[in-house]
Amino acid sequence: MSSPRTEQIMDLRIIAGYALRETARRKVLVVVGILTLAFLALYAYGSAEAFDEVSRFGGVPGDVDIEEEVLTGSTLLGLAMFVTLFLGTVLAVFVTLNAVRGDAERGLLQPLVVRPVGRTTLLLARFLAAGALCVAYVSVVYAAAVALTGAAGGYWPDNPAFGALALSAAVIVVVALALLGTTLLSSTANGIAIFMIFGAGLAAGLIGQIGSALNSSSLERISSIASWALPFEALYQDGLHALTADVRGATGVIVQLGPFGGAQDAGPLLYPYVLAYLVAIAVVADRIFRRADL
Amino acid sequence: MSDALIATALRKTYGSAVALDGVDLRVGAGELVGLLGPNGAGKSTLTKIACGLVRPTAGRVEVLGQPCGSPQARARTGYLAELFRFPGWATADEVLVLHQRLARSGGGAAERARLLGLVELASASGRRVEAMSKGMQQRLGIAQALVGDPGIVLLDEPTSALDPAGRRTVRELLEALRARGVAVLLNSHLLSEIELVCDRVVIVDGGRTIAEGAPSDLVKAGGVEIETGSGHRRFAHAGREDIPELIARLVGEGERIYGARVVAGSLEDAYLDLVGSAGG
Ligand SMILES: Nc1ncnc2c1ncn2[C@@H]1O[C@H](COP(=O)(O)OP(=O)(O)OP(=O)(O)O)[C@@H](O)[C@H]1O
Ligand SMILES: [Mg+2]
Repeated sequence: MSSPRTEQIMDLRIIAGYALRETARRKVLVVVGILTLAFLALYAYGSAEAFDEVSRFGGVPGDVDIEEEVLTGSTLLGLAMFVTLFLGTVLAVFVTLNAVRGDAERGLLQPLVVRPVGRTTLLLARFLAAGALCVAYVSVVYAAAVALTGAAGGYWPDNPAFGALALSAAVIVVVALALLGTTLLSSTANGIAIFMIFGAGLAAGLIGQIGSALNSSSLERISSIASWALPFEALYQDGLHALTADVRGATGVIVQLGPFGGAQDAGPLLYPYVLAYLVAIAVVADRIFRRADL
Repeated sequence: MSDALIATALRKTYGSAVALDGVDLRVGAGELVGLLGPNGAGKSTLTKIACGLVRPTAGRVEVLGQPCGSPQARARTGYLAELFRFPGWATADEVLVLHQRLARSGGGAAERARLLGLVELASASGRRVEAMSKGMQQRLGIAQALVGDPGIVLLDEPTSALDPAGRRTVRELLEALRARGVAVLLNSHLLSEIELVCDRVVIVDGGRTIAEGAPSDLVKAGGVEIETGSGHRRFAHAGREDIPELIARLVGEGERIYGARVVAGSLEDAYLDLVGSAGG
């Protein structure tokens, strides 16, 4: 007989494999694939045009020292990060949408739950499967965007790996929130809720942007609280910031990244905080799921 | 022999709705017990509590000596839900592989072939669930419930989608399980089937047990039927010993008698009597 620990790891692998196989059959995967290819094609075309335009324009007149290539490249990559996070969120929501309530309503979950595999293991396996898939997805798309930007204009971010890390952590937060949602809500309600939360994160970034433009510290505070409450936003802003962490002088002041929110250095506590946030979500989701009548 | 399932003072409420109101139930080892009752009586709720899907509000259930819902109990329980679905992309064989792995069954391909054979799906082992009829899926569900040689099997309306041949197959399968000492709790509305196969029936209504016993004990005689010149006449409360007197009376009334027989009662009559009277 194998030990409980090896049995749990075996169960994790079985359920995660099952979840991934199920995901592989979903049409939404094709949709995300097509959207991704369309985005990358547009991005390649757009960044080539942008660099071309900037080099013809010949830079900013006067004696201010601006590196156009950094300005253009980091702005483009900031946009790419936003789209990557958005597409990653779509993927995260669709692969976790009905993992608990939705599957229970359709009768798919009960035959699995009555097996000796624990509910905690079941939930953890779904999390690991969805998390791994989404991390792989955002990493690949982000790497493609970095490569396209470099090829188009010779711009390479200061810390390319940091952007991938930020996006990966952000999408893991979305997966965790969506799984928590699925222990409470049926499929459609959960999908709507997660997209609303994602929108709220964007709004937080936008408010921060307005706050800094108006020099309103209360707006900035609201934005910062909201982006820590929904840390995928703080992670995204931190990742944007890392793009140009080493850019000094006038260029560093001018770069305004991302369509909705400014880059924001979250400080060294962000990642430990995100870890604690994920653990808290896991504990709450597990508790709800273990007590649920199915 | 120790009991396979013991439910004691089991109560379950959903908000203000009472699904189970203090049910006691016992299934002996190797015993085949039928759980009957009208829609909403609480049969599925009881079964779901026994396999750990639903938490009881009060009372307790022991399954094979373990608290219900514990990993040890679940490891030895086979369950077929009333409403269930397997992933459409999986083949019958893949569904069983998944459940073998989760149930830690070492039976391998031989067990899968045997189970698919038992429910007469052997030729469909490579067919995807989405390409199966409802009855075929129910057969697969029954096979799934038997993966890993469970000590007790809980079947919630396992034959609701089956054709007559399928129902007979399940009946034979249940008898084979009993012969092997496997306990079975069977929810069904098909009283004739229950009557044929069950050792004991428990009738619940409104979350309470209203009758319990061997089918033959619950079934009452159905009265006497006498064929007269003016047609068949039924004497519902008469028995065999009343026949000579009944005939004498009818003849006295000028009837001509062509035959007389004792009508065997059915579980259905007994059930309707009980549920009807409990309802009223
Ligand atoms: N999840 C739930 N929420 C609220 N009420 C429920 C829930 N599940 C069951 N009930 C109620 O509990 C009672 C018992 O339901 P249950 O499904 O156990 O009945 P049943 O005997 O299996 O009926 P049927 O023959 O129709 O399958 C019903 O009144 C039902 O409405
Ligand atoms: Mg039922």
